[in-house]
Amino acid sequence: MLDVATGVLLAIGCVFVVSGGLGVLRMPDFYTRIHAAGLTDSAGATFILLGLLLQAPDWGVGVRLVLIVLFMLLTGPTATHVLAQAGRKDNVHIWHAGEKRR
Amino acid sequence: MYVAAMVALLVTMGLALARSFLGPILYDRILAINMFGTKTVLFIAVVGFLAGRPQFLDIALFYALVNFVGTIAVLRLTHYDELDVMPGEGPQ
Repeated sequence: MLDVATGVLLAIGCVFVVSGGLGVLRMPDFYTRIHAAGLTDSAGATFILLGLLLQAPDWGVGVRLVLIVLFMLLTGPTATHVLAQAGRKDNVHIWHAGEKRR
Repeated sequence: MYVAAMVALLVTMGLALARSFLGPILYDRILAINMFGTKTVLFIAVVGFLAGRPQFLDIALFYALVNFVGTIAVLRLTHYDELDVMPGEGPQ
């Protein structure tokens, strides 16, 4: 039962992770790529680590997994925000529909 | 189960690496490398569970810290006049 739950959570996380990777490669400009990368940082990481948490053999492992999840939920959006702000201050071009992909 | 997650993570790391090589501007590369580091943390955690040695999580935690500090440090190096503005001074 626990193994099935772990498998489901890992599968959801892998779907988020792979779709985010595809988005980072395929999206047309920098800001839309930030959106795809943020998806893998928060949702994918959280689902995969929660799936692993169900298999934790003792308390120390579980506490470490929860720490990694909390740290990623704290730092992922921060790094993304700083990157977007730096790009905006550097006048990175915003893509509009119909333009050439870059 | 763990092997499938490892394959998915490896594929995503390859995609992020491709973007970091292709990326037309600097920020694309920083974004891709940040994402690559996040995937590395997840990969180390999954490998630890696959090998039956969850002590690997210490390394994953350490790598998460280094990854965040590295991203901020690179941005600090390229934009050192914007990220250390004291309140009440600096460019408006």
